[in-house]
Amino acid sequence: MDSKNLTLFNRIKDSDIYFSFIKSPTAIVSTVTLIIIFFCSFFVELVTPYNPFDPSSLSLMDAFTPPSWTEDGLAKFILGTDGQGRDMLATILYGSRISLIVGFSAVIFALVLGVSLGLTAGYFGGKYEMVVMRLTDVQLTVPSILMALLVDGIARGIISRELHDEMAIYVLIFAIGISEWPQFARVSRAATLVEKNKDYVSASTIIGVSNLIIMFKHILPNILRPVLVIGTIGLALAIIAEATLSFLGVGVPPTTPSLGTLIRLGNDFLFSGEWWITFFPAIFLVILAFSINLLGDWMRDTLNPKLN
Amino acid sequence: MKPKNLLRTLLAFLFVFASTQAFAKTIKWSMQGDSLTLDPHAQNEGPTTQVSRQIYEALVTRGLDMSIGPQLATKWKAVDPNTWYFFLREDVKFSNGQKMTSEDVVFSILRAKQPTSDFKEYISTVSGVKAIDDYTVQIKTSKPNPILLNQLSNIFIMSKQWSNENFAVVPQNWDAGQETFSATNAMGTGPFKITLREPNTKTVFKKNNKWWGNVEHNITEIQLLPIKNAATRVAALLSGEIDLVTDAPVQDLARITASAGHKVESTPQMRTIFLGMDQAADKLRSGNTGDNPFKKKEVRQALYQAIDIEAIKKKVMRGLSEPAGIITFPGVTGYTKALDKRLPYDVDAAKKLLADAGYPNGFDVELRCPNDRYVNDEAICTAVVGMLGKIGVNVNLFAQTKSKHFKELKDDQGDFYMLGWGVPTLDSHYVFHYLYETDASWNKVNFSDADVDAAIRVMEGEVDLDKRNAAIAKAWKIVRDNIAYLPLHHQVISWASKTNVNVPIRPNNEPLFRFSSVN
Repeated sequence: MDSKNLTLFNRIKDSDIYFSFIKSPTAIVSTVTLIIIFFCSFFVELVTPYNPFDPSSLSLMDAFTPPSWTEDGLAKFILGTDGQGRDMLATILYGSRISLIVGFSAVIFALVLGVSLGLTAGYFGGKYEMVVMRLTDVQLTVPSILMALLVDGIARGIISRELHDEMAIYVLIFAIGISEWPQFARVSRAATLVEKNKDYVSASTIIGVSNLIIMFKHILPNILRPVLVIGTIGLALAIIAEATLSFLGVGVPPTTPSLGTLIRLGNDFLFSGEWWITFFPAIFLVILAFSINLLGDWMRDTLNPKLN
Repeated sequence: MKPKNLLRTLLAFLFVFASTQAFAKTIKWSMQGDSLTLDPHAQNEGPTTQVSRQIYEALVTRGLDMSIGPQLATKWKAVDPNTWYFFLREDVKFSNGQKMTSEDVVFSILRAKQPTSDFKEYISTVSGVKAIDDYTVQIKTSKPNPILLNQLSNIFIMSKQWSNENFAVVPQNWDAGQETFSATNAMGTGPFKITLREPNTKTVFKKNNKWWGNVEHNITEIQLLPIKNAATRVAALLSGEIDLVTDAPVQDLARITASAGHKVESTPQMRTIFLGMDQAADKLRSGNTGDNPFKKKEVRQALYQAIDIEAIKKKVMRGLSEPAGIITFPGVTGYTKALDKRLPYDVDAAKKLLADAGYPNGFDVELRCPNDRYVNDEAICTAVVGMLGKIGVNVNLFAQTKSKHFKELKDDQGDFYMLGWGVPTLDSHYVFHYLYETDASWNKVNFSDADVDAAIRVMEGEVDLDKRNAAIAKAWKIVRDNIAYLPLHHQVISWASKTNVNVPIRPNNEPLFRFSSVN
């Protein structure tokens, strides 16, 4: 076992990707930042003693405490508290977890949908390809935020109010996912068209391997590189889309706030000098999206120079 | 065209432009919500009346000092305790030029008594209205009514002919979501008329040149532009896009005062904010216990004592509220300081009460709140959710826009809800008649007490003020001891405007643009 692990480690260490990674300070910084954010968000219970979702643990008298380094700040609330007396740091981390869950799920949904449609379209061609590609064209003419608003609106119409709060997060994932799939479909179709004519595909066809196995076992691994690049950048877009929708008030309910909801709630206090309520979630969102984008850029440069 | 002529033409245009700019005085007015309907009898709600008040008038009205004075009637007399005569002004015209006569007054009062009217409680004692001649109206009451004038000051007079022509003979059935011509159009005798109505977006009032009154204002146009988001509303005010905000957010008053071109005025408002708990339902719609905990007075008291009203005052209202013990305020007949005292805030006592009532682990309930009606309404509710959580009552907050909130309350969908109550008549009877009387239209907690009902009858028919006051005091004591509602606080309102805009602030939050000016 040990030797096998060692070889895997050595393989990674000898690879081009690793070499490119340690030569790129932006990639290292953004990866470290993301690891910290992911850890703090998903293990937030270990990081902070506060649970902002438990209303009975809050005290209204703590509300509007400024950050700890300012004059009226308290050491127990590092980034201050919001209008309900919730610790800002804990609230941001819990909010970031929801944002990340929505972002990841939406991208995975878009990726699965987009790649399956793009791959099959590129492989089979013909009328099917035409229909799928025209569908992506149509979809791309509708701004993704409008698409997401539309989906959310329809969902509100058909789902009862009691159910909607519980369903909100799934609706959001679907809404963002459905507005991002055409990117994946286009890229995977283009890559499939290239791979389709290569000898290994012809060889598989000749020896009678079924279409399904050719597509998903042989072609798919070869087109994954560009798809992963798009997926990384798509993650940043999905997180921002989630924040936008929540800021507009159609995202997750305020009882389980995401970053966008927090920015919206804090917006009411911008003029009154309680800047930290909206500033910290906003700056957190910027750092998160920026790090993902930087990592995505590095991946694009390394994995797929052609995509430039 | 020769260059010289062109120059002249341009100069002429410039002159016309400059002069209209100088004479056009526009006030852009904003608040968080809009009037619900222009039909003056369909909804008895603050902002709705605030809009109607600029276009419609009543027989008598309250002036800037809140005292009752003549409006469409110049004088009145009661020939016996049940018969009143009102003598109308003879020079009143509606904004379409048609003369107002006693026929219109009779029509409007009868219209406000229709089942779909939300003002029928105001004039429930009026048993007959008759036109004696063109400018004399006789009103008969079923019993002596000491507050008839107060009540009539809220019954707006419409044109009979206009209503007939536009299928508006009965008030819009707002509760059923009916759409009528009168809900989006208005034609009154007031100092302004509506020229554009886009609900929740923009309402334009123009000066009514046919108005009978002495023009004391210099306004040619008012635009009502509701902006729901508090920060956006303040930003619009500070950037000069809006001239007047009649519900300036408490957290931003310091910022607005600090701005050179703006001013802030505050006054205690004639409005009390409270929570209602349905005491009649067998089972809470949103509960988890299978019964209705609110039926027990101990539970209601536990919720009452679990609310730290001082914390709400300090943190949510920034000091601009007055904790309340009853749903009425100084200035209203029947108010006393002793009644307005709250039960003490005591979490341990609340927990014990809840355990004694059989709910040691609390229960689930949904709290319904408007989010664009009262000062920081949603924030108050959020704070209440946290405070009740501390005694184990798991409250799920449902905040929505006021039109839906009110409609669903009227539809009996609320277990636990927030409401605010003003008293336009400045008499306790109004509160009891709407909120406490058995089956009253806004008695959505379904409170019922024979003694209170009897006291309400006394308030309506007793002209001996000592006896009447005794009845009011007795009724307040009963409802207070029963914790029929959970009072929170009396609102303080703040108006913010540009320094050159003078709109006198009034404790009922109703601007009277006929006394306003723009310099």
